[in-house]
Amino acid sequence: MNVIFFLILLSLLVAVGFLAAFFWAVRSGQYDDEYTPSVRMLFDDQVTKDNNQL
Amino acid sequence: MSITVENRPEEKRVPPTAEQTTCDHCGEVCEQELVAFRDKHFCCVGCKTVYEILSDNQLETFYQLEEKPGQQLRGRAMEDYAWLEEEEAITKLVDYRDEQVLKVTLHLPQIHCTSCVWLLEHLYRLDEGVMRSQVNFLAREAYIQIDPRKLSLRQLVEMLARIGYSPRLQLDKLNEEKAAPIDRTFSYQLGVAGFAFGNIMLLSFPEYLGLQETTFQRWFGYLNIFLSIPVVVFSARSYWQSAWHSIKQYQLNIDVPISLGVGVLFLRSVFEIISHSGAGYLDSLAGLVFFLLVGRWFQQRTYNHLSFERNYKSYFPIAVLREERDRSWKSVTLDELQVGDVVRVQHNGLLPADGILVSGDARLDYSFVTGEADPIRKDLGEQVFAGGRQTGGKIDVCLTKTVSQSYLTQLWNDEAFSKDYSTGSSQMLTRVGKYFTPTVLLIACSTIAYWWPIDHRIALQAFTAVLIIACPCALALSVPFTLGNALRLLGKHGVYFKNTAVLEAMYGIDTVVFDKTGTLTERSDKLGLGYDFPLTAQQQRAIKSLTAQSEHPISQRLHAEWPTIETVEPTDFVEVVGKGISANVEGQMVYIGSPAFFQETVLAPGTWAKIDDTLIGPFQVQHTYRKGVGEMLNNWSRHYDLFLLSGDNDAARSELKRYFPADQLHFGQSPHDKLAFVKNLQGEGRKVLMIGDGLNDAGALQQSEVGMVVTEDVNNFTPACDIILSSRQFADLQQVSRYGKATIKVVYLAFVLAFIYNVIGLSFAVQGLLSPLIAAILMPLSSITIAVVGVLGSSWLFRRFLEG
Repeated sequence: MNVIFFLILLSLLVAVGFLAAFFWAVRSGQYDDEYTPSVRMLFDDQVTKDNNQL
Repeated sequence: MSITVENRPEEKRVPPTAEQTTCDHCGEVCEQELVAFRDKHFCCVGCKTVYEILSDNQLETFYQLEEKPGQQLRGRAMEDYAWLEEEEAITKLVDYRDEQVLKVTLHLPQIHCTSCVWLLEHLYRLDEGVMRSQVNFLAREAYIQIDPRKLSLRQLVEMLARIGYSPRLQLDKLNEEKAAPIDRTFSYQLGVAGFAFGNIMLLSFPEYLGLQETTFQRWFGYLNIFLSIPVVVFSARSYWQSAWHSIKQYQLNIDVPISLGVGVLFLRSVFEIISHSGAGYLDSLAGLVFFLLVGRWFQQRTYNHLSFERNYKSYFPIAVLREERDRSWKSVTLDELQVGDVVRVQHNGLLPADGILVSGDARLDYSFVTGEADPIRKDLGEQVFAGGRQTGGKIDVCLTKTVSQSYLTQLWNDEAFSKDYSTGSSQMLTRVGKYFTPTVLLIACSTIAYWWPIDHRIALQAFTAVLIIACPCALALSVPFTLGNALRLLGKHGVYFKNTAVLEAMYGIDTVVFDKTGTLTERSDKLGLGYDFPLTAQQQRAIKSLTAQSEHPISQRLHAEWPTIETVEPTDFVEVVGKGISANVEGQMVYIGSPAFFQETVLAPGTWAKIDDTLIGPFQVQHTYRKGVGEMLNNWSRHYDLFLLSGDNDAARSELKRYFPADQLHFGQSPHDKLAFVKNLQGEGRKVLMIGDGLNDAGALQQSEVGMVVTEDVNNFTPACDIILSSRQFADLQQVSRYGKATIKVVYLAFVLAFIYNVIGLSFAVQGLLSPLIAAILMPLSSITIAVVGVLGSSWLFRRFLEG
């Protein structure tokens, strides 16, 4: 049954990993603006006329 | 700069046709003119210019993302940004600068759609000096990095203004504290609580299932203690602080029993686990803190693009032209102005401080400051007051006061502005807490007193169980979920509340004070001219052609009266200051002016026109009341005591008598009078709702229990207040107030439900029968019930009152 201890530790470790990821996301400002990125991701990168000439 | 604009052969001005064409840039109907350019049509040269700039720089995507997304540029004059060259001003405005890079955050109130975001984030295509630009849509802000060697701050701002996004650069921007780093503690607290809640529940599963495998459970118990420490110490910190703060003031707010519950939960659980006498209630503890924080998160609805705290500094411009020693004019920031300085105010400019008029023809529009609809004429040597908007030519003023010492700005020295009214904490919960906390303590003490002689162990268990189960988590959740949801729905509807405490304060209102101009009526700059006689097309053309020559507000209103009429160029134009104008239009002499302008003796007040020998008139400024005003006032007069405070003259008295008691109409009120009036009403024990729009109401708005501002465009300047109401929703006002009252009743219903749960829990607790399982079921169940009732109730009422 000792495997349970191992599994519990593992699951906690995974959860701590997710918590750390959440902290990182907050710290890097991902929750500061919850709207604009949803608009920005829909923009297509179009090739400008200048680039076409090159 | 790659923006060069000259007239090109493709551009053609064509008269507007009868059929309505909308501008391909801004989508407005082309009323006054129609500019054809390439295969597009524009309502003005400004819009065409923007289109040209964008299409020449391969930025046409702007027009593909949204339908006609541009900003209307008609009638907007380019501001003078010369002051942006000053080192001192730049240092105050920018976030960071060195030799290679300059970072600045600009507030662009015109941002309104996806195209705006796209365009502003592709600024580098307009000028290679822009290194990076990023938009925060909700805050209407752009964060821009430029290379100061290629592009100066002034050039950047001018470029933005030219494509229709003039940054909001008002006096407050100058004195603004450098933006404090965003406080993200709350997000961390919520994250930690959620993390601990989930894991502790998982580790408590053997307990829920009634398993008897003790070795695991002991270790799980220790792990649970380890996981719950950050919840108690970090996540619940604000509750500890609030409870401590309240006890220090000899009060018992709702956070006291919450903190007590959390503390007792933790200590008893730790004791049980260490002494192997039970599994503890740590899952309930983590869940409780987590739900409370979720409720707070739900309640925190900030409207990033709105500000409820503005004063005159957000209205005044940042810079003005000042005469230097060598008689040249230099653009300086307002904080540098001193008594004795001579400043120049251009057409449409704002006079920043009190002074004496030394040159020019002053026609100052004080409608936003005093509520007076008509511009005021001043002669040379007369005193002029800050806040007036000059209409017409430029004037020079010798200052007698500094900006902060002027008559208008002194309003902000009143004690009303130094008081900190709204803490945002719930008055309802504070009231309930006042009775709730002592009751709980009383029950807990009686329980221990009853059990102590019988069994010490049960006595302690029952005592702690009472404190645990009575922890008013569900009660504390009722306000954030119900009112937070109501605020969100109202915000979508164009009614923006500062916080949920304002909705509660609305419930107690018994007196409503209205401002007239701009509140009951349309804004004065939108007023039309009324006439009740027929005019031929030729007369209309004559009047329109003449008025096109003058910048007087009356002329401009007359000019705008007939949008489809074509104008001709008049000759021999003469303007008699303060009286009227005349010119020769198509061979006819046309005169327009006040009655004094004509030789005729008896003329009704208003504006008259004379074409050859025919007198036409009078044209009178019409106060258009907002839609639904009459109905609303009639309805409200049954529920509230209504007052009217107008800065204007009493021309509208007879009309308003229908809605207000005759002695409750007050005209010619100064901003200071209004503030004092509200104070007096409060002295009589009334709870006042003030509804206004301008700077003249600022004092009364601040003093009243609830201050509401009506605005045409929520992004425009609004004085400090509690509610911002989009003018389109004005007719809905009575429904909004009904809805507000109904939601408060939902909160009371939630209170009742929370009490029922508490009574059930307490009946277990006083008998010493509260098992961790019952606590683990009852606690989340009550919280979720309250949240669901609050959200569904407020949503259902919203559909009933405001969407029906």
